[in-house]
Amino acid sequence: MELELRGITKRFPGVVANDDVNLTVRGGEVLALVGENGAGKSTLMNILYGLYKADEGEILVDGQPVKFTSPHDAIAAGIGMVHQHFMLVPVFTVTENVVLGVEPTTSFGRIDIGSARTRVAELSREFGLHLDPDAMTEDLAVGIQQRIEIVKVLFRDAKIVVFDEPTAVLTPQEIEDFFRIVETLTAAGCGVVFITHKLKEAIRIADRIVVLRRGKTVGEADPKTATQEALAEMMVGRPVDLEVDKAPPQLGDVTLRVAHLTVTDANGRAHVSDVSFEVRAGEIVGIAGIQGNGQSELVETLVGLHRAAAGTVALNGEDITTATPRARHRLGIAHIPEDRQRDGMVKDFTITENLALTSYYAPPLSHGINMQWDTARSEAERLVEAYDIRTPSTETSTGKLSGGNQQKVIVARELSRNVHLAIASQPTRGVDVGSIEYIHERLVDLRDKGVAVLVVSTELDEVMALSDRVLVMFGGRLVANLNRADTDHNDVGLYMAGAKGDFMPGDAPGDATPGERAS
Amino acid sequence: MTAAIAPQSQAPDDHLHESPWIHRLSSLRLTSLAVLTALVLGAFIVALSDIDKVKHGDIGGMLTTVKDSYVALAKGAFGSWRGWSETITAATPLMFAGIAVALGFKAGLFNIGATGQMLAGGMAAVWVGFRFDLPAPIHVTLALLAAIIVGGAFGGIVGLLKARTGAHEVITTIMLNYVAAGLALWLLKTSEFQRPGRGDPVSKDIHTSAKLPSLFGFLDRSTLEIRAHTGFLLALAAVVLFWWLMKRSKLGFEFRTFGANADAARYAGMNPGRLTIGAMFMAGAFAGLAGGSEILGGVTQNHATTGLAGNVGFDAIAVALLGRSSPWGTAAAALLFGALKAGGDQMQVDTGVPVDLVLVIRALIVLFVAAPALTRIIWRLKDKGTEGGTPLFRGWGS
Repeated sequence: MELELRGITKRFPGVVANDDVNLTVRGGEVLALVGENGAGKSTLMNILYGLYKADEGEILVDGQPVKFTSPHDAIAAGIGMVHQHFMLVPVFTVTENVVLGVEPTTSFGRIDIGSARTRVAELSREFGLHLDPDAMTEDLAVGIQQRIEIVKVLFRDAKIVVFDEPTAVLTPQEIEDFFRIVETLTAAGCGVVFITHKLKEAIRIADRIVVLRRGKTVGEADPKTATQEALAEMMVGRPVDLEVDKAPPQLGDVTLRVAHLTVTDANGRAHVSDVSFEVRAGEIVGIAGIQGNGQSELVETLVGLHRAAAGTVALNGEDITTATPRARHRLGIAHIPEDRQRDGMVKDFTITENLALTSYYAPPLSHGINMQWDTARSEAERLVEAYDIRTPSTETSTGKLSGGNQQKVIVARELSRNVHLAIASQPTRGVDVGSIEYIHERLVDLRDKGVAVLVVSTELDEVMALSDRVLVMFGGRLVANLNRADTDHNDVGLYMAGAKGDFMPGDAPGDATPGERAS
Repeated sequence: MTAAIAPQSQAPDDHLHESPWIHRLSSLRLTSLAVLTALVLGAFIVALSDIDKVKHGDIGGMLTTVKDSYVALAKGAFGSWRGWSETITAATPLMFAGIAVALGFKAGLFNIGATGQMLAGGMAAVWVGFRFDLPAPIHVTLALLAAIIVGGAFGGIVGLLKARTGAHEVITTIMLNYVAAGLALWLLKTSEFQRPGRGDPVSKDIHTSAKLPSLFGFLDRSTLEIRAHTGFLLALAAVVLFWWLMKRSKLGFEFRTFGANADAARYAGMNPGRLTIGAMFMAGAFAGLAGGSEILGGVTQNHATTGLAGNVGFDAIAVALLGRSSPWGTAAAALLFGALKAGGDQMQVDTGVPVDLVLVIRALIVLFVAAPALTRIIWRLKDKGTEGGTPLFRGWGS
């Protein structure tokens, strides 16, 4: 089967999301579609999947023009999509999730789960997915759940499978497994579209790489010869420095000391179990780990949004275990939250208001009961300039900015103060390459000024690039505390997957078990 | 650092270049169109209200009915001192109570309890008004303070319940409306409140020293029909105070943050419990003033009955919605509702068109404002993502 998108153009008010995009995928090949957030990848795939209607252009299947008005049409034409966020019912079995919507029935409309189970088992064997058709979905790891999504599209006889950022939620080892599955798919004659912003992976798996920038296809590359730097330049439109340049750390005193910290949820389940570590002034400590292994709860506890069940947190020798978020802010803790839209900003507020969000309570931004908006505005103008926030005005509402610029607003607000400890959680999630580079530079700057920096990221590359020391969390515990120089991606990846890990001294087994995913 | 980033041309994001003023203008346009749509639809209903003319297919006559009705409506509201007075009299409590609801919306709270808070404030004001004998300026000030404090406390209970137990304010405010009504009925039958010689729940009259002066006192004092009182000036002052609170004060910034994104407020170190209690107290205080000014302004003939709050508490929700919870918007909406009330009465007298039709028009206005997409479709406006892009208030089930 061959799928062709010809001259696709899609306009939204004020934006051309896709501008005369041409794309061809043939059976048996992997096409990687790379581009920054907002480059138009998702729009293009939504058009292909019948969710949007293109303003211009056509879709051809085996040379014949087709019209998709809904995902049903796309599925009928042999196109399947595996979304970044899985669409699975947690309390259904694998088979039940697979047949959802296309249940085979016997007489009187009864669901023929038996024949479905047989088919799921066949597909699993054929493509090397190792899926138990009767397993309960919620009990399975994320990497396995993704395979249910893959069986779902195969069950519907897809010949072209589109993967939207499929590796974002996987461990390095799971990513390798995923690539093997992709190879099986193409060997069986399926065409694969692999949407990603991770250039390394595109080069690793693709037969052809197409780069989108601002809605246009700006180039096609051969993964055999392409370099990450060249692709990044195509994506961004200018040379990008993918390495983080930094001098050896100048270590100071211990700034943050966490001792035997345990954090439980309302049900008494431990998300962080007996974690102890230190961050010194002048170093960047990175915490690696797959999403949901207690990092979020750890950070929330460090900034005072969550109460510690046991253990202590000390800043510059002062016990702050029970201090309020405001008190910690006053003591010089900066916090870049992992979910900027939820916690870090108010979308409807202007940039000035969002820049004032955490320091509004004291001079110079307020005086007594009055806000000093004039001061806040001139301060905002200074920060917009200094942190290269691309906006027409400080009075633009922040929700209208791109993800990268929104993040720069938060970074500017948190790092422009005098701080002792900066905690950055997923500092570059959903941020374009140019802004990633910039945010990383600011964090290294801060370190060089003698600030203790704690970076928490599920992007292993980010942790490895920034950190002087790498901690790994798994199942709520700290399973590794390594010098960056003494470790590599593969090593840390094994700790992240729980495959390696003599527990840290002082760590006692807690309630959290490996594989448990805190939500 | 910054030098490492070469200047880079951005995609032309036209939608970014709109100033807040454009935004404000277009939302004003949308509201005006909603009012216009409702008036046009209302015209059809008025035309159909005269059954005889419809039966005879008397198109000209129907048009005359519509014209006469709208002329009477306008004259009743603004055509004379008395019209203005009636408009202002009806708008005054709506303005106070509208702020009570709008302030709640801004802080992310759906205050349905303006009725109860108004009753609480009104009862406090009437008690101070008949219980004490004091020089005029002190007496009326004390009575107003009592309305503020008791109304505020009544609202504050809601905040306290939510902050401490998580009880949803929609449920608690509705229930406290019943509590207020029951308490008022009981109080009005106690010897402390009940007027001697009466068996029904009617309070004693407030002393003259507790009265708010007439607004149009410079006119002939014998025209008793001029009811507007200086409570209207207080209501305007309350609008200015609400504006200052929201735009200029630290607390208002906290309210707005909490209302727009409670998680961000927590993240920023704000205290959600304190903000919930504070916002509900202030909302209750404004609603309490609505009750107090009705009593002290003589609108309820200087005494309290169980009906003292009337429908104001619920109409206030519509006023806040129509005014998009902004200070000036709420004030304008209260005046519009006041005008419709005053004009509607006149329309019924002059043309026999039932006043209920005005209520229909009023409801349609709110309907079109609450459903901006509908108004946009009718007027074929393009959604540029700026007009009414944010919902008036967030779902309160979550």
